[in-house]
Amino acid sequence: MRDVINYILFGWYPYVCLIVFLGGSLVRFDREQYTWRSGSSQLLRRRQLMWGSNLFHVGILVIFLGHFGGLLTPIWVFDLLGVPHGAKQVIAIVAGGIAGIACFIGLSLLVHRRLFDERIRTTSSFGDIAILLMLYAQLILGLATIPVSMGHLDGHEMVKFMTWAQGILTLNPGAAAQVADVNIIFKLHLMLGMTIFLVFPFTRLVHVWSAPVWYLGRQGYQVVRSRRTNRATSARPSAVPAE
Amino acid sequence: MKIRAQIAMVLNLDKCIGCHTCSVTCKNVWTSREGMEYAWFNNVETKPGVGYPKDWENQKRWNGGWRRKKNGKIEPRIGGKWRVLANIFANPDLPEIDDYYEPFTFDYEHLQKAPELEAFPTARPRSLITGQRMEKIEWGPNWEEILGGEFSKRSADYNFDGIQKDIYGQFENTFMMYLPRLCEHCLNPTCVAACPSGAIYKREEDGIVLIDQDKCRGWRMCVSACPYKKIYYNWESGKSEKCIFCFPRIEAGQPTVCSETCVGRIRYLGVVLYDADRIEEAASTPDEQDLYAAQLKVFLDPNDPAVIAQARADGVPENWLEGARRSPVWKMAMEWKVAFPLHPEYRTLPMVWYVPPLSPIQSAAAAGKIGHDGDMPDVRSLRIPLKYLANLLTAGKEEPVALALERMLAMRAYMRAKTIDGVVDEGIARRVGLTGAHIDEMYRYMAIANYEDRFVIPTAHREATEDAYDLRGSCGFSFGNGCSGGESETNLFGKPKRAKNPMEMA
Repeated sequence: MRDVINYILFGWYPYVCLIVFLGGSLVRFDREQYTWRSGSSQLLRRRQLMWGSNLFHVGILVIFLGHFGGLLTPIWVFDLLGVPHGAKQVIAIVAGGIAGIACFIGLSLLVHRRLFDERIRTTSSFGDIAILLMLYAQLILGLATIPVSMGHLDGHEMVKFMTWAQGILTLNPGAAAQVADVNIIFKLHLMLGMTIFLVFPFTRLVHVWSAPVWYLGRQGYQVVRSRRTNRATSARPSAVPAE
Repeated sequence: MKIRAQIAMVLNLDKCIGCHTCSVTCKNVWTSREGMEYAWFNNVETKPGVGYPKDWENQKRWNGGWRRKKNGKIEPRIGGKWRVLANIFANPDLPEIDDYYEPFTFDYEHLQKAPELEAFPTARPRSLITGQRMEKIEWGPNWEEILGGEFSKRSADYNFDGIQKDIYGQFENTFMMYLPRLCEHCLNPTCVAACPSGAIYKREEDGIVLIDQDKCRGWRMCVSACPYKKIYYNWESGKSEKCIFCFPRIEAGQPTVCSETCVGRIRYLGVVLYDADRIEEAASTPDEQDLYAAQLKVFLDPNDPAVIAQARADGVPENWLEGARRSPVWKMAMEWKVAFPLHPEYRTLPMVWYVPPLSPIQSAAAAGKIGHDGDMPDVRSLRIPLKYLANLLTAGKEEPVALALERMLAMRAYMRAKTIDGVVDEGIARRVGLTGAHIDEMYRYMAIANYEDRFVIPTAHREATEDAYDLRGSCGFSFGNGCSGGESETNLFGKPKRAKNPMEMA
């Protein structure tokens, strides 16, 4: 029974989350662009946002990139570079720990602002509050894994997560077994992490997809739209049925 | 040379009576929605005053507009592209809603439902953001109406720069004027430049600057970048919105709502041809005081055969060329030089221009002593300091504003002589560099101001840009998101269903 539950949670659930994450984002981008926004509340209250938002965003970007690179880089790459698994784990703990603390301070400010500032609270949707608390819980779980990780610095456990994540993305049916015996805190962190991907398209998180890095490559500053060119590009169905 | 046409506006401040009809009709049509209660695409400020939002002209504080770098290039004052992105998580230059005002309504229902009381029931204010009681309204739309508030606060007005302002706090020396403001639909808009999403754009065919509501992601850099603070962040939709120059009306050849409803008939709309290739050079002019003259050079004479030929080659339609020749904006800005851009020092090359107001002579005691230049009083003895108007309209350069005021005074003297004494005095016109015929025309446009003289708006050529076959059966004007408005009965992504705008209520 335990195996079945483990298989459902870490073998099937990831695919449910990934499909909803990608499909939902695509549908929303295609059908509901008007709702696609960052949802900033800075206009209503600047206090706590300047520090809160900056610390949170910088922290979470470092954490996200760390997870992305750390989990999905094939293990043989590290072996080829001569990075021992234990050293990689220590780097992950130190870098993730610093970014995690910055993110924790920022997120604490943002949660406090969201829940206890009258203006922000009343103009928040259920989704705004829910996703913020989910991220907060996920961050705390992530920080809570650090003491557990400190107990085994040989990188053995870490390799399990890498194998699992890469197994999921390479459609390896045995991936779930990799994480069957890890600490419950890791399991909770994984489950909540996958759930965040699941709800992603239905929250303001979609603004992550639109991070405007292309702005740096824009030629010049001004944007002019011409309607004259539209006609040439739009395919016009023939009003007269073809003979 | 790349010729484009733009519908530009001139406001004759000499005739503005500060009735706010423009603001109210605009509000009723465009911004009476949740999230936009605080926003006025058009507002009328009493000057001197700090304005709306407070202190908007102080770019040392808000960093709006452009800055000329040492190498002669310009970049937004909020910073280049890297700096804009670095501030995207928390924008240090964004006003808070209290800098505009916290929007409120009153408990009107209480007036009808109150039980019998000793005291007369009152309708107390309630915040439109939180719904909570507001014990004290600290600031509101047009809070400084007709010099409301202490002079010490109002005199923070940035246009007092370089003026010994203390004496204007004295009752005998006080002065005021109205300044209606809307989006300037600039030739070199900073909002467009600062938008990381590329959602803001200038329309090639009529110069109207719009925000693509589908592409806007709410990064809110445009709010900071616009030196006129005429882009508003809708806190409900999470998108920025701005004056759309009533483009559905303009396309049909009708004036904007603010212009149509103007009681004082102070607004003019007309085509101006400009050279798009000269914009950057003009905006980069080294001396701020030369920016007004530089912008004039960007405009092209619609009667010049070379300009007409090039405009045709660049696709400007024939009725737009005809409109440009009859344009009241061209006449006031270029022929008579009585209209000026608002704060050209922001380097945005604004396209809503202003005729400065005349004002009474400074004081009765001085009236007999002031230098009369022939029949006309010296414009430097008018009650509104010339320097103040120059700070507002020409980056502090007084000569162009002085000439405009002299021409308006000359128009009065000339017409008085003509209609009262029956004498056509060409000398008056000549002294201000005009002819009698010019002044007759100025009188027709500025004093009589007939509807068809004020608004010369060629219709859009939709047949060249749209395909009627594709449009049939589609929705008309909507707030982005195609026809759906972002909400449907079973919407996984939107907020609870709520009427968003008058079109959707119907």
